[in-house]
Amino acid sequence: MNRELVAIYFMIKRELIRFLRSKSRIIGSLGMPFFLLAIMGTGLNGIISTPNANGNYLDFIAPGIIAMVLLFGSMFCGVTVIMDRQFGFLKETLVAPIKRTSIVLGKSLGGAITAIIQGLLILIIALLLGVHLEFSNIIFVIFLMGLISITFVALGIALASTMEDMHGFQLIMNFLLMPMFFLSGALFPLDSAPEILRYISYIDPLTYAVEALRYFLIGYSPIPIFISIGILSAFLVIAVYFAVYLFNRIEN
Amino acid sequence: MLSIETNNLTKKFQNLVAVDNISLKVNHGEIFGLLGPNGAGKTTLISMLVTMKKPTSGSAKVNGFEIKNNPNEVRSNIGIVFQDPSLDEELTGYENLEMHAAMYGISKNIRKQRIEEVMKIVELSDRINDTVKTYSGGMRRRLEIARGLLHYPKILFLDEPTIGLDPQTRNHIWEYIKKLKKEQAITIILTTHYMDEADLLCDRIAIIDHGKIIALDSSNNLKNSLGGDVVTIESNECKKLNALFKKAEWIKGIDCNENKINIRVSMADKKIQKIIEMISKNKIKIDSVNIHKPTLDDVFLHYTGKTIREENNSSKESMKIRRKAWGRGR
Repeated sequence: MNRELVAIYFMIKRELIRFLRSKSRIIGSLGMPFFLLAIMGTGLNGIISTPNANGNYLDFIAPGIIAMVLLFGSMFCGVTVIMDRQFGFLKETLVAPIKRTSIVLGKSLGGAITAIIQGLLILIIALLLGVHLEFSNIIFVIFLMGLISITFVALGIALASTMEDMHGFQLIMNFLLMPMFFLSGALFPLDSAPEILRYISYIDPLTYAVEALRYFLIGYSPIPIFISIGILSAFLVIAVYFAVYLFNRIEN
Repeated sequence: MLSIETNNLTKKFQNLVAVDNISLKVNHGEIFGLLGPNGAGKTTLISMLVTMKKPTSGSAKVNGFEIKNNPNEVRSNIGIVFQDPSLDEELTGYENLEMHAAMYGISKNIRKQRIEEVMKIVELSDRINDTVKTYSGGMRRRLEIARGLLHYPKILFLDEPTIGLDPQTRNHIWEYIKKLKKEQAITIILTTHYMDEADLLCDRIAIIDHGKIIALDSSNNLKNSLGGDVVTIESNECKKLNALFKKAEWIKGIDCNENKINIRVSMADKKIQKIIEMISKNKIKIDSVNIHKPTLDDVFLHYTGKTIREENNSSKESMKIRRKAWGRGR
C-alpha cells in the first residue's frame, strides 16, 4: 500500500489511542456541556419559549451544545501540535520520509473522529436528560459532525503551527472559541438578537454548524440546510488549506 | 565508499555563523565523532545532514544522495537519535516503533519481527507493551536508538546520546553503540561534548569550535600529535610561568590559559625535578602539578587555547567551582 496512506492511517490510530487512554480528557470534555444542558437548559426551560416546533428551550440548545463539544474537542486536538512540538514528537514526524500534508490530514481525520465520539456521547447524555431528538437522520448527523470537526481540527493545526508554546492556547480559548460559541446562536435564537450581533454571527462558521445540526436533530432551522452545508464545506476547504500551508512552513 | 561528504557546508543565522565552511569525509562503517563545546555548531551540522535545516551555502552528500535535491532519499537511508527526547509518552514502546515503521515504509508483514529484533538489541523486549511515560531516562534513550535502527539505516546519527544520563546508564549506552558497530554494517555519526565518550567510541574525531573543524584524526593520533607527555601546572601566575618556560628549548610546546598551563615534554617523569627547580628558583607560587599522557582535553586546549569545560560554563562563578572540584578529583 501507498506509504503516505499508511502514515495517515497510523496518525489517525495515534490520535485514537491517545484519546482513549486519557479518561480524564474524555470526562473533562463532557463536564461543561453536561452542566449547560442539565442545569442551565432545564433551569431556563420553564421561562423561555423558543421558535422550534414545541418551543422547548432544552431541545433548542441541545444541538448547540453538541456543536460546542465538537468545536472544543476538535480545536483542542489541533492545538496538540504545540504539545507534540514541546515533547519533541513533532520532530520525529517532520524528519520522516513522508509529506507534511499527510501528517496534517492524518491528524485532522484522527482528531475529527475523537471529536465525533465526544459529540455522540453528549448526544446520548442529552437523550438521557429527556431532550426530544430526531433519530431518523443519524447518518447525516454523523456526516455533519465529521464536516464540522475536520474544519476545526484544521483550524487548530493552522493556529498551532504559528505558535511556539502553550501560552497562546489561553488566548485562543478566550478570544476565539468563547466568542465563536456565544455568537453562534447555540444558546439563543439569532432572530431575536440585535442586528449587529446577527451580522457578526453570519461570519461565524459555528453558526452554520449549529443550524445544520438543529435541522437534522430537532427539525428546525431558520437557515436553509443546503446553505449551511455549503458554507461549512467552504470553511472546511479554507481551514485545511491554511493548516497544510502553515504546517509546511514550520521550521525545524 | 563514502557515507558522508560535505563541501564548504555553511549555515548562517542572523548574525551568527553556526557552521563555517566545513568540508569532511566520513567512511562507510566508521564511528565518526563530532566533539566540541555546547554551541560549537555540532547539532546545526547534523541538522543539515539529516535535511532538517537548509544550508546557507555549500553542499553535502549523505549515502550518495545530495541533501538539497533528494531529501526523501536521504531520510530513508538514515536513522536519527535527537539530542532532545522525541517519543510519544502516551504510546507504548511497540506503538512508537510501529508508527515509525509505517512512516518509513516498512511493509506490514515484517513490521512486528523488525520491532522485536531492535527491541532485543537494546534489551527492552520485556517493556515493549508499557507506555513510554513509565520508562526511565536511559530506557527512553535506548528506545530512541532502537527506533533509529528500525528501518535498517545505512547511517545512524546520534546527537549527544548520553546527555543527562547517570554514569551507569552512559556505560550501558556505550556498550550498545560498540555492539552496533560490531554487529551491523552501519556508519555512526556521534556528537558529544564528553571527552571520554569520544575517546572511547570514535574511530575518528573532528574537534569543532565556533563552527569550524580545528582538528580531525583518530583519538590516538590527535593525542600523539602533541608530542610526549603533558605536565599540567595550576597557578595564578601562569603568565610568569609561560615566560619562564618559553626560554627552555627542551620544552616542545606550551598551551596556557588563565590559571592552568600545559607544557609538553618527552619523558616528563625524568624532567619533573628540573621543572620544579625552575619554578621555585623564580619564586612562583603554584597550586598543583600533574603529569599525564595527553588527553583529548589537552588536544582541545592546544588547538583552542581553552578547555572544553570552560566553554561549557557560561558564568565565571560556576567555572571556578567546577574547576576546583575537578582539580580535587584528580
